[in-house]
Amino acid sequence: MSNKVAMINRYAWYEKLGIYCGIALFMIFILAPFVEGFLVSLKPLSMLFSSPYRFIPENGSFTAYFTMWESVPGFGRYVFNSLFISLVVTALVLLMVVPAAYAFARFQFKGNGHLLGAFLAVNMFSGAVLIIPLFRLMRSMGVLNTYMAMILPGAAFLIPTAIWLLRTYMLRIPKELEEAAYVDGAGYFYTFRRVILPLARPGIAVVAIMTFIGAYAQQFIYALTFNSKTEYMPLPIGLFAYFGRQEVIWNELMAASFVGILPALVVIFFMQRYLVSGLTAGAVK
Amino acid sequence: MNARGSAVLFAWLLLLPATIYIAVIVIYPLIDTIHLSFTNASLRKTFSYVGWLNYDKIFNETFAGVIGRTFVWTFFSVLLKMTVGIAGAVLLNSAIPGRALFRLLTMPPWIVPMAIGIFMWGWMYNGQFGMISGVMQKWGLVDGPVAFLAYGSSAFWATIITDVWIGVPMVTLYMLAAIQAIPEDLYEAAWTDGASRFYRFRRITLPLLLPAIITMSMISMIATFNSFDIIWILTQGGPSGSTTTMIIDTYKTAIGSYKYGEGAARAVLICIFLSIFTYFYFRVTSRLSQEYAR
Repeated sequence: MSNKVAMINRYAWYEKLGIYCGIALFMIFILAPFVEGFLVSLKPLSMLFSSPYRFIPENGSFTAYFTMWESVPGFGRYVFNSLFISLVVTALVLLMVVPAAYAFARFQFKGNGHLLGAFLAVNMFSGAVLIIPLFRLMRSMGVLNTYMAMILPGAAFLIPTAIWLLRTYMLRIPKELEEAAYVDGAGYFYTFRRVILPLARPGIAVVAIMTFIGAYAQQFIYALTFNSKTEYMPLPIGLFAYFGRQEVIWNELMAASFVGILPALVVIFFMQRYLVSGLTAGAVK
Repeated sequence: MNARGSAVLFAWLLLLPATIYIAVIVIYPLIDTIHLSFTNASLRKTFSYVGWLNYDKIFNETFAGVIGRTFVWTFFSVLLKMTVGIAGAVLLNSAIPGRALFRLLTMPPWIVPMAIGIFMWGWMYNGQFGMISGVMQKWGLVDGPVAFLAYGSSAFWATIITDVWIGVPMVTLYMLAAIQAIPEDLYEAAWTDGASRFYRFRRITLPLLLPAIITMSMISMIATFNSFDIIWILTQGGPSGSTTTMIIDTYKTAIGSYKYGEGAARAVLICIFLSIFTYFYFRVTSRLSQEYAR
């Protein structure tokens, strides 16, 4: 059998060449901005603004990675804000999604399917469409220019996918375990807490990672619109501080970007298996 | 209370927090959008009802142009995302050394904060010193520097390409999972019968991938229609409106010029389009799952 697979997968030299060329093109498209961004972060500003274009920095150095902290003293704060907002969003989403997903996975009640459909339909809106009433809502709640103005709407749009993901996971937990607990006289809440939650832990971990990444990657429009206080700005908005009055300090902007994406890259590296399973389960509807 | 009744009660208790949250943060704003679209709401505390005035105002040639542009922008972005994504998935599925690494390297655009990726593209598009213009000059494709974001048509395509770049990882990994779900013995049977690689791709991979392709295209279309960050950071809808999609137009009207009422009317139109897409999405996916369940 495996011998057969090996033979099916044997490529002629021109097929191999085609595959590698294709992958090379694909990878260039995906990675070019990062490579270029990294090289820019190594170049001194004077060399950046010189023609003709040179790809490789001639006298490159990591200077920008040190000066960036001085040009924009708030940078560390912005990274902290981003992580803080993402963490609170993740906690908030989990708090609501774990019980909801369990209800959808296990309980039959009138309107079950419709309510799940309604949750999923939230996915069609983005914060940008609802920006006006959200602004008014945040104003009347008195949370404009606070962390909450970025956390509350941010969490809402991450809930539907998280429910779907976790429901799919919980459906795979055998029903017999709960039934056994009920026979032993355990109540619904006790069963949920003592039987389901421990078993669902890997699924909850996937959902937490996906939510955290979503929250970290998509901090822009709420921070742009609902917050004007420098001390609460998350990284994507904070980076605009490198756009000076005269010119953009591109090398420091790129250096700061790389420091800022470090958490995301660490997550990719260690959690790649969870990411792929989370992504694909979340998209299959 | 009987056992069944208490089970239903418990289910609703479990659902309560999420339901209330979505009702407050999504459903109420949705209703408020419709409500505001019939008013002249602005920065002032009070506003009055103006009937259909906001809708009358937006139905003019400029706005028809915005709608048309949004659809063209969305169409090409989704088309390119799907094409590049499927090609990427097929390539990454081939049995070659290093494919695990290549799969890993596909993820960054999707996982890195969007704004940061967009800043990097902003630099790449820079005419004097950016990579694209620089490389094109070196290869003699263009005579002088091209500032891609300074001209209408190139800015239009530049924003599409950046949107494709951000969307491709998700399409690729999703299609890759769909390809891997195709039973291996189909390929073995075809191979035994002497079917060529291309023939197997055309007759096995593509047809069995079709449901996934349709599903992903529709998910991708809804997300692309909503795309805001990319255009806002790269061009803010310019130059002279050439990248102003419906979302950008709504944001500019509402947040930029504080015309909440007019902005809300535009948002309502977006919601109508999105509802139509979503309706078809639900219909198509339920039909697909019926067909393939048989």
